[in-house]
Amino acid sequence: MATPLAATPAESGAAESAAARTALGTAEQLALFRTMVEIRRVEEGLVRAHQNGLVHGACHTYVGQEAIAAGVCAHLRPSDVVFSTHRGHGHALAKGVAAQEIAAELFGRETGCSHGRGGSMHLFKPEVGMMGTSGIVGPCILLAAGAGYSFRLQRTDNVAVAFFGDGASNNGAFHEGINMASVWDLPVLFVCENNQYATEVPYHTVSRNPDVAAKAAAYGLPSVIVDGNDILAVHAAAGEAVRRARGGGGPTLLECKTYRTRAHSEGMRDAGYRTAEEVNAWKERCPIKRFRSHLLEAASASSAELDQVEREVDALVANALAFAKDSPWPDPAMVTQHVYRSEGRAGGSVG
Amino acid sequence: MGEMTFVAAAREDLDEEMARDPSVFVMGQGIGARGGNFNTTMGLFEKYGPERLRDVPIAERGFVGMCTGAAATGTRPVVDFMFVDFILDAMGELINQTAKLQYMSSGRLTMPIVLRGCYGIGRASATHHSGAYYPIFVHLPGFRVAVPTTPADAKGLLKTAIRLEDPVLFLEHKSLLNTKGSVPEGEHLVPFGEAWVARRGTHLTAVAIGSMVPRTLEVAGRLAAEEVSVEVIDPRTLAPLDIDTILESVHRTGRLLIVDETYAPCGIGAEIAAQVVDRSFDDLDAPIRRLNGLHTPIPYSPPLEAAVVPTTEAIAQAIRDLLAE
Repeated sequence: MATPLAATPAESGAAESAAARTALGTAEQLALFRTMVEIRRVEEGLVRAHQNGLVHGACHTYVGQEAIAAGVCAHLRPSDVVFSTHRGHGHALAKGVAAQEIAAELFGRETGCSHGRGGSMHLFKPEVGMMGTSGIVGPCILLAAGAGYSFRLQRTDNVAVAFFGDGASNNGAFHEGINMASVWDLPVLFVCENNQYATEVPYHTVSRNPDVAAKAAAYGLPSVIVDGNDILAVHAAAGEAVRRARGGGGPTLLECKTYRTRAHSEGMRDAGYRTAEEVNAWKERCPIKRFRSHLLEAASASSAELDQVEREVDALVANALAFAKDSPWPDPAMVTQHVYRSEGRAGGSVG
Repeated sequence: MGEMTFVAAAREDLDEEMARDPSVFVMGQGIGARGGNFNTTMGLFEKYGPERLRDVPIAERGFVGMCTGAAATGTRPVVDFMFVDFILDAMGELINQTAKLQYMSSGRLTMPIVLRGCYGIGRASATHHSGAYYPIFVHLPGFRVAVPTTPADAKGLLKTAIRLEDPVLFLEHKSLLNTKGSVPEGEHLVPFGEAWVARRGTHLTAVAIGSMVPRTLEVAGRLAAEEVSVEVIDPRTLAPLDIDTILESVHRTGRLLIVDETYAPCGIGAEIAAQVVDRSFDDLDAPIRRLNGLHTPIPYSPPLEAAVVPTTEAIAQAIRDLLAE
C-alpha cells in the first residue's frame, strides 16, 4: 500500500527560505537547536530505559517532531500554558520541565514531575505552565480553550496552547473547541502536529481533506500550514499566532506537517501500515539534521559550537537518567492523597 | 430569614457569590438574557454581563472540557446543564479530566467547578429529561455530590459548592424547585458531609434522598397517628456521606429503610446498607430494606411514570413490614 509521502510543502529549500525570513540572532538559533537536541537525546535515553525495564507502561516518543515543540514554546512565558497529548515529552521539555523530572516520572519515582502518579502520558508541572500531557486524544483542545477563557476573565495577556495530532482533528473535541475559541476570540494557539497517522491509521483514509488547517475555515479562524520539520518556519508562524492571541486577536490553527520516525509506542510492532522506504525518507528530513546544516551553511555557528551543545546536552541527559534511577519510589501510604483538595470526609468507600 | 422558593434561594446564593468573587462565571444554554430554562440565573445577566453568564452552543462535552480548563487556571465555573441528563454527553471529560486533574498533578492544580442540573421523575418529561445519575458520580473518586431538598439547603450547599476547590455535582429535583421555605440571608454555608435529621423518631430510621425526603416525611407524619415513630434522615450530600449520623440513628432504632428514586443495583442504598452492616451489624433488629425506582428507563405516560418511583403507600407499607420483623 502506497501512502502519499508528500505533505511537506516547498520541500526543497524550505529551510533556506525560512532562514531568509528569520530575524533570529545566533543565540536564539542556538537555543532552538539546543532544545531540539535535548528532546531527541532525552527520548533516546528513555527508549533505552524502556528496553531495560526502567520505564514502565507506554512510552510514545517525539522523535522526528522536535521542531514543533521547540519552535512554538520559544514564544511562551512561564505564565502561558500548554496542554498536550500522549506524545508529549517534547512539549514538557520545551515548556521548561527539567529532563530529570520527566525521566524520574517515567521511571515512576517520587521525584518525577507528577510524583509518580502520571507517567509518560500525564506529565504535569503547572509551575512552568505545563498543564499536562494526556492519555485521551482531544481533551487538550478543550482545556486550552478553557484556559483562554480564564485568561480573558482575569484580564491577563497570557496565552494557552494545545498540541495535538491529526487524529484529534476528526474528534468532536476539536470541532467544539475551536468553534468556541473562535466565536469568543480566545487567546489560544491550536497546534496540529500532522504526523499522518492516528496511531496506525493513515490520515488520508479517515479524512477526505488532507489538510487539517482547511477545517478552520468552517469556524472562521485563521490557519497556517507549515513544514513541521523546519524549525525556522514553525518558529515564524507560531510567533505570529502567539502575538495575535496575546494582542486580543483571537485563536489560530497552526498545522505542522511532520512524521514520527519511531513506532507509535515503544515496543510496538511498527509494520503493516507504512513502508520502511517512507520512514527512511522522513529520517532524511530530520529537523535537527536540517537545522544543523543550515546553521553551518549560513555560518551562524561553527561545527565545534554545535558539537559543544550536543556534548552539554549528552551530559545533562546522562545526569537526568542517573537521577531518575537513583530516586526513591513514591510511598504507597500516600496513594490516595490529592484525590480531593478540600477538607472533608474524602476517604472511605463513599466520597 | 426570608421565605422563598428553592430555585430563588439557589439563585440568591449564586448572585451573592458572583458579586463576592469576580472569578465565578456560569456557562449553559439559555442562562444569559433568558435567565435559564428553570430560572436558575434570572436577572443575573443584567448585573454581570455575557462573559460571566455565557450562553454556549449545544456541545456539552465541549463546554465542560472548557470549564475544566478554566477551573485549572484560576477561575470558578458553574456549569448549568438545565436538565442534568445532558451531562451524559460530557462524561468522558468529567471522568477523565475534571475528576482526575487534581490527582494527576499531585494537588498542584485545583478543580473548583460546580456541575448543576435539574433532575428527577415527576413531570412527564420522558426518558431523556428525567434522570438522576448521582450514584455514578458517588462511585467515582474526585467528585462531591450534593442533593439539597430545602430552600435553605439549596442556598447553603450551593455556597459551599462554589467555594470548594473540588468538582461538585449539585442536583436540584424538578419537583422541589417551587417549594417554599425560610432561608437565612447572606453568609449561609451548609457544610458537606453533615446529614440533616428532618424528623426525630425512635422505631425506625428512614434515610431518604432528594424528592423522597418530603414524601417520606409525609408518611412519617401520617404514621405518627398510629403511634409509629419514624426518624427521617436527609444526607444532603452523598459524597461525602455522613454515615455516622445514620449509624447513630440505627443504634437507637434498630431498623433501617432507604428510599431513593434512582436504581437499586450498585446504588446509594446498597452502599449505605453495606456500611451499616459492616460497622453496626449488632445494632440491627431486622433486615435493611431498600425502596428504589424501578430498573427501567423513565416512561412518559403519567400513570407509567408514577409506577416507577416509590409511592407514599409503598413507603408506608415498607415501614409497617419492617416494624413487623
